[in-house]
Amino acid sequence: MDWTDLIAQCLVTGVANGLIIALIALGYTMVYGIVELINFAHGDVLMLGGFLVLTLISACGGEQASPWVVLPIALVAVPAFCAGLNWSIDRLAYRPLRHAPKLTALVSAIGVSFILLNLGLFWGGLDLAVFDDGRSASAKKSVPDLLPFSNLLGDDASVLITLKDVLVAAVTLPMLAALTWLVQRTSLGRAMRAVAQDPVAARLMGIDTDAVIGRTFLIGGALAGVASVVYALYNGAIDFQLGYRAGMDAFTAAVLGGIGSLPGAVVGGLLIGLVRAAMETLVPNGSQWSGTVVFAVLIVVLVFRPTGLLGSPLREKV
Amino acid sequence: MRHALTLAACLALAAVLPAAETVKIVSSLPLTGSANTQCTSMVNGIRMAIEEAGGQVTIAGIPYTLAYESWDDATAQAGKWDAQAEAANARKAIADPEVLVYIGTYNSGAAKVSMPTLNAAGLAMISPANTWPGLTKPGIGEANEPAVYRPSGKVSYFRVVPADDLQGAVGAAWAKELGAQRVFILHDRELYGQGIAKMFKLNAEKLGLTVVGGMEGIDGKASNYKSLVTKIRAAQVDLVYFGGTTETGAGQLAKDLAGGGVRAKLMGPDAFFNSALMSAAGDAALEDRVLVTFGGVPPEQQTGKGKTFVDAYQAKYGQMPEGYSIYAYECAKVAIDAMTRATAKDRAAVVEAIAATKDYDGALGKWSFDANGDTTMTVMSGNTVRGGQFQFVKLLGQ
Repeated sequence: MDWTDLIAQCLVTGVANGLIIALIALGYTMVYGIVELINFAHGDVLMLGGFLVLTLISACGGEQASPWVVLPIALVAVPAFCAGLNWSIDRLAYRPLRHAPKLTALVSAIGVSFILLNLGLFWGGLDLAVFDDGRSASAKKSVPDLLPFSNLLGDDASVLITLKDVLVAAVTLPMLAALTWLVQRTSLGRAMRAVAQDPVAARLMGIDTDAVIGRTFLIGGALAGVASVVYALYNGAIDFQLGYRAGMDAFTAAVLGGIGSLPGAVVGGLLIGLVRAAMETLVPNGSQWSGTVVFAVLIVVLVFRPTGLLGSPLREKV
Repeated sequence: MRHALTLAACLALAAVLPAAETVKIVSSLPLTGSANTQCTSMVNGIRMAIEEAGGQVTIAGIPYTLAYESWDDATAQAGKWDAQAEAANARKAIADPEVLVYIGTYNSGAAKVSMPTLNAAGLAMISPANTWPGLTKPGIGEANEPAVYRPSGKVSYFRVVPADDLQGAVGAAWAKELGAQRVFILHDRELYGQGIAKMFKLNAEKLGLTVVGGMEGIDGKASNYKSLVTKIRAAQVDLVYFGGTTETGAGQLAKDLAGGGVRAKLMGPDAFFNSALMSAAGDAALEDRVLVTFGGVPPEQQTGKGKTFVDAYQAKYGQMPEGYSIYAYECAKVAIDAMTRATAKDRAAVVEAIAATKDYDGALGKWSFDANGDTTMTVMSGNTVRGGQFQFVKLLGQ
C-alpha cells in the first residue's frame, strides 16, 4: 500500500465511523436543542437497539439469515422500538421534572442510563440473544456477518470497500436528508424550532409544547434505532456497555459541531471519525493518542468558538 | 426474670459443649463485570477443594471447622476490579482473626493494592492468576519491586501460576518456530497487557524477529479497530501480538483483522483463554487464526489429578471449568495442605508452612514454591481455535 492508498482507506473508514457517530449525535443535539437536557440515556437506547438487532438476526436463522430479509425488518422494527423507548423515557423520567431545576433532570437521565444498562445485561443473558453458549451475559456478543467482507473494488485492490461501508452511507445519508427536510419544511419542524427558541412564546402561539417535545424524543430514538442497526452490522459485535463509549463520542461530536445544531452534529461526527482514522492509520502508535488528539481538537475549537463549529451564539435569556 | 435465667443457662451450656473452632479461607476475585464467568468458575474450584477436605482441617492435632467466603473486589460502576474494593477486602480479612489464608487476586493491579497490607499483617496470600513478574521477581519490574510489597521483609505472597516473563518468552519462541519474521505488537495500556507485550518484544528481538513500528497502545473499549488494521495490513507482518485480554478488545481485534484481509495470525496471552473470545469474535474470525499461550496445561488436556478435577467439576457443574478454575482449586488445596503441616493455628505458622511447600503433587503436576513465592512449574501450552473451541496444539517452554 502506498500513501495514496493509505489515505483513501483512511477516508473510507473515517467517514463510515464518523457517519455512525453523527447519527447518534443527532439524537443528543435535538433533545438538547429543545429541552436543554443532556440525555445520558441516549447511548443506552442505542445499545438496547443493538440487542434487538441481534435477537432479530437470531430469529431469522442466525449465521444463515439473509441480509435482504433481516435488513428491511430491522430497519423498521428497531427504530420503532427505540423511538417508543425514548418517548417513554421522556414521559416517565423527564416530563415530570420539566419545571424542576435543570440538574434534577440530568440526574434522572443518569439514573435511566443505569436502568437501561442493566436491562442490556439481562438481555445479553437470554438464550435468544446469544449464539455461542450463553454462559456469560456480560461478554461481548458477535453479530453474524450478514454482509460479506469481500472487496467491492476487486480482490487485489489495496483499498478495501465492503458492503458494510456502503450500508453505512446508504442508510445514514438519506436519514440526514429526511431529518433536514422534516425540521426545515414541515409544521412539526417549525413547532420544534419554535419550542427550542422560546417554549413560553410557543405555547402562547397555541403549540402543545409537551407533544412537540415528546415527538422530538420519538425522532431522536428512531435515529438511535437506525444507528444501532448500522452499528451492529458495521462493527460486528455489541455489548451492554457500548452505550457509554458510543454516547461519549456522539456527545463530543455534538459539542464540537455546536450543540443544538443538526448540521453541526454531522460535521462534528465526521471530524471525529476522520481525525481518529488518520491517527490510527498514519501515525506510529497513533491509537495510543487518538483520543487525546480528538479532545485537543475539541478544546481548541471551544476556545476560539465557544458555541462549537456551527453553533449559534447563545441567546440572552431574560 | 425467667428469660434472663434461660439465657444464662444457654450461655453456660454453650461454654461447656466442645464446639470446634473455625478457621477461614477467603477469596477476593472480580465477580462483577466482564471477568465474572472466569471468576465464578474459580470460586467453584475453591468450593470443590473445601468440600473434598470435608469442611474441616486439623492443625497441630486439633480439628477445626474449615469455612470459605467468596468476596468480590469489583464494583458495578467500574465493571472490573476496583482499588478501594480490594483494599477493603484486605482490611476485612486482617480484622477477622479466623482468616488464615487469602486467595487472590485475579488482576495483578489489584494485587499491588492488597499485598503490602496483607504482608504487614503477616497473612498468607496465594494468587491463582496474577502474572505480573514484578510482584515477586526482583530486577524485572519497577526498581522498588518486589520489596515495596514486603514491608515486613518476609515473603507471604505466593502464586501457583507462572509469571509473564516466561509467557512472553515462550510466545516469542513459538512465533519464531512458526516461521514468523515480522511482527506487530499491540497492548491494551494496562499493567498486565503492556507488561506482557514488553516481554514478548524483548524476546522477539533477541530471537532476531523484526518488530514493526515499536508497540502500539490501543483503546480496549473502541467500537472497532478498522483503521489500525489498515496500518497492520500496510506493514505486511507475519504475526500480530496483542498483550491484552478478552475484556480489552481481543475479540473485536480478531474480528477486524479477519475482516480487514490480514492473513497474519493473532497471538495473545492467557487472558485470551476464555469463552468470551468466541462470544465476541464469532467462530469464523478465529478459526485457525488465533494462537494463545497459557500457563500450564488446559483443562481438557489434564492427566492424573488434573483430569480427576476436570471430571469432578463437569459432573458437579455440568460444564467445562474455565482456564483458571484449576489454579484456584490448586490454591485452596495447597492452603489446606499447608494448614495441616502448620505447627500452630496462627498466621505466621501457616505462611511458613506454605513457603515450605516442596514437590507438592497436585492437580497441576509436581511443583514447589521458590524463595520468591513463585511456582517452579514452567510448562506452558500453545492453543488455537478450531470449530469454536480452544484446541491444544503443543507444550511450550520445556
